Amino acid sequence: MSATAHTHHKESFITKYVFSQDHKMIGKQFLITAIFMSIVGVFLSVLFRIQLGWPGESSSFLNTFLGDTWAPNGILDRGMYLGLVTIHGTIMVFFVLTGGLSGTFSNILIPLQLGARDMASGFLNMISYWLFLLSSVLMLYGLFLETGPASAGWTVYPPLSVFEEGIAGSGSGMTVWLISMTVFVASSLVGSLNYIVTVLNLRTKGMKMTRMPLTIWAFFVTAVIGVLSFPVLVSAVVLMIMDRTLGTSFYISDVHIGGEIMEQAGGSPILYEHLFWFLGHPEVYIILLPALGLTSEIISTNARKPIFGYRAMIGSILAIAFLSFIVWGHHMFITGMNPFLGGVFVFTTLLIAIPSAVKVFNYITTLWRGNLRFTPAMLFSIGLVSAFITGGVTGIILADSALDIQVHDTMFVVAHFHVVMGMSAILGMFAGVYHWFPKMYGRMMNTKLGYIHFWITIICAYGVFLPMHFIGIGGAPRRYYDYSVYDAFDTVQGDMIIDLNIVISIFAIIGAIGQIIFIFNFFYSTKKGQVAIQNPWKSNTLEWTTPVEHVHGNWPGELPTVHRWPYDYSKPGADDDFIPQTVPLADGEEEH
Amino acid sequence: MLIVWIVIILAIVTLAQIMRISAIAMKIRNRREEDISDADNNFNGIFLLLFLIFFLGGTIYLWAKYGNGMLPEAASEHGAELDWLFNINWIIVFAVFFLTNSLLFGFAYKYRGKKGRKAYYFPHDNRLEMLWTIVPAVVLAVIIILGLRTWNSITGKPSEDAKVIELYGEQFKWTVRYSGEDNKLGFADYKLINGSNPLGVATAASIDSAINNRTDGILKTIEDLRIAIAADSAGNDIYSVEELYEMRSKMEKYSRIKERIEKMQRQYEAANSDLAVADDDRISKLELHLVKDQEYQFIFRAKDVMHSAYFPHFRAQMNCVPGMRTKFKFKPTISTKEMRVKRSNEDFNYVLLCNKICGVSHSNMKMIVVVDETQEEFDAWAAENTELAIATTN
Repeated sequence: MSATAHTHHKESFITKYVFSQDHKMIGKQFLITAIFMSIVGVFLSVLFRIQLGWPGESSSFLNTFLGDTWAPNGILDRGMYLGLVTIHGTIMVFFVLTGGLSGTFSNILIPLQLGARDMASGFLNMISYWLFLLSSVLMLYGLFLETGPASAGWTVYPPLSVFEEGIAGSGSGMTVWLISMTVFVASSLVGSLNYIVTVLNLRTKGMKMTRMPLTIWAFFVTAVIGVLSFPVLVSAVVLMIMDRTLGTSFYISDVHIGGEIMEQAGGSPILYEHLFWFLGHPEVYIILLPALGLTSEIISTNARKPIFGYRAMIGSILAIAFLSFIVWGHHMFITGMNPFLGGVFVFTTLLIAIPSAVKVFNYITTLWRGNLRFTPAMLFSIGLVSAFITGGVTGIILADSALDIQVHDTMFVVAHFHVVMGMSAILGMFAGVYHWFPKMYGRMMNTKLGYIHFWITIICAYGVFLPMHFIGIGGAPRRYYDYSVYDAFDTVQGDMIIDLNIVISIFAIIGAIGQIIFIFNFFYSTKKGQVAIQNPWKSNTLEWTTPVEHVHGNWPGELPTVHRWPYDYSKPGADDDFIPQTVPLADGEEEH
Repeated sequence: MLIVWIVIILAIVTLAQIMRISAIAMKIRNRREEDISDADNNFNGIFLLLFLIFFLGGTIYLWAKYGNGMLPEAASEHGAELDWLFNINWIIVFAVFFLTNSLLFGFAYKYRGKKGRKAYYFPHDNRLEMLWTIVPAVVLAVIIILGLRTWNSITGKPSEDAKVIELYGEQFKWTVRYSGEDNKLGFADYKLINGSNPLGVATAASIDSAINNRTDGILKTIEDLRIAIAADSAGNDIYSVEELYEMRSKMEKYSRIKERIEKMQRQYEAANSDLAVADDDRISKLELHLVKDQEYQFIFRAKDVMHSAYFPHFRAQMNCVPGMRTKFKFKPTISTKEMRVKRSNEDFNYVLLCNKICGVSHSNMKMIVVVDETQEEFDAWAAENTELAIATTN
């Protein structure tokens, strides 16, 4: 192919670091942007956790960052509280865990693990990043508007998100949010199409689909889900823009707000919910699958054992992907939709528990009789599996429509999805960064700091979300500015909610501060870390056959040829406890 | 503030120094970052085990202390059934949670790495994989069957003697409408809402008055415009161009809405709708009173944005959506007095909360719910504290 043309191509600073078309650089650009966005997202959550932990108490910290407009006398403004909650959710779900996670690791790993010179289209890949950056900037810009950012919750249900008479954030803040999301979806689509085409067409010789690492399977299926579901969000967003500006009534009917009769008639807010959750539920798996993919690879490598049930893992990824499209209604059990339809969604939703259970047991069996090497990446992966279990089982409660009546829209839901989707995916992302850092920067991150970071993170994460379940079971609605309203009717419960909220806030603040260790370790190691060797983790996959110093086109000479699956760890009869994919099968050796 | 910044900067500098020293130490001992020593493996393995103990212990502690979120027992008929279902599910959930987390962290501890040991090559085993496909499937089948049975009975038709009550959500308050003697709620439409008809209840009179109001509005604007034109020709501008434009569009809106109300009026006539059923509808803005052991069919509506009527003590919830009429039925079984005794708290009250983000004062949108012991008690309260849905001022 055009291998030689690639490698001898001289690049300027601009084309190498800014408008790069090299997948490795684009992956790093996604990562750095996502790290920045996650700092913002986490910081916003600290701001509103201060309010929830110590409602009504003056905090100079809030006043310093939000000023007299949004935190007069150090007390968080009610509107801004909702704005912070909304933007925190949007940033974490879309910009960190979708763009950041999938953008970073799909870009870096797909060509490297498949033995390709680059993505199918380097140019589209570059466009994908720049659209992502543009949408990030727009989303942050919303925070600085005079009327505040979008504040109707990250799901932006109409009519609240349509009429600024309902809430000030539904003015220009909401306009910026909608534009930002449209740009974001464009970025995601361009990226996803690129990943799909690359996986289908650019696998090196011998890299059959059934020899692909599970990371690639996860990225591939994620991209397919994204391509099928994100356009639906765009349509939802465009219809909302029309309702807001052109006076159409897709989502609006019979609204009397701000003392005025709104003339739009005949629409339904429920239509928006259907469109939103048709993306929104697959979105959960867009976030989760890449993290599970990374974990599969990391656990297998560091357990020095093949991943247990490789085909079952692929099967369950595909099953989860398929089912994720027919379960969205479980977000809407109590919207007044037909109870029979509700029953159907109960059935499909609970079916997802089966492939999820298969995955969990396969991970556990992979650990069984392994020789576990506790690198920071390995610890984070084990943390991910634990969070996936803990968040998964509470999903059984929520998927049961009858039980959902009691816990719908309470803090129980917030705890559930933060554990199963937020915590899992973030832990998976950390695992990925620690594991592939040598591939990205040619240096090693500090292991000891990695340990400290892991232990602070897992303890604080559970410290935040375990108690939160109990507040929710007690019937505390989400998105409340102040739970002291409970004192008006039941002091016993009111006291519990106040106490637990303080505990949660303390863990949240310590956990957030603890991330400084990671940020420091990351940036320090890019410059001063120990110089990496070619295959530090003694791994089988192809990315570790490339030189430590990046070259455009990935391999200086011929592309590697693949002879076996990527999980031949501790295979009986072999001298080493790993056999890279490029090693041909010995005489009489079974593949697996 | 300055001190905080100094501390942060010092901390980072210290961290950097520690990193440098550790880097030098590693160089001297010829160790690399990826070399995980047995000591590291032991340390992390033991910590994972300790973490498991604290994690599961913490969960048990929280459960023992805060159990069902400190909620009292369900105060409604279906609520008791729901709590039973909750318990069954919690047992399953806890069993899975304890088992799998214990296996995960337990194996992580037990198989922590040792130099020289080789892992067991175990790529797959069909029988095991069948086992953990079929067992979850069977357990889930049980969960689904039990869940849907309860769901169907909760969402099924109310009994004949259920009383109909409307709950109306708006930023940031609830209004209750009792259907009166006939147990039928009068029709309602958002175009009829005004100061004396807060729920937009449709009666022959309220429709007429809504039409007349619009007519008056149109006539008044025409009069204003006439004055403006006269003044203009006399050479002084009372209104700016923008104001004139606004007056015109307001007038147009009046006439469009008037037309729609008239159309609605014709539809009611064509359908032979009995608008008189609204005459005995009474509303309460302060409290929702119910009678013990009386089944209620709730109808939910919203005025401006979505709300959600959430009764945590009765295990009941339903969204209120502008443009829709949603329903939920339940029968309270424990009166407020009885519950106060059970809670040994004189100030305890049932409550109706808003559970769908609806604006800045979302967390203040609540209403006290009182379950009276007898119908007489209820009647005495209603006589004092409810008013006609459409205020008759003159």
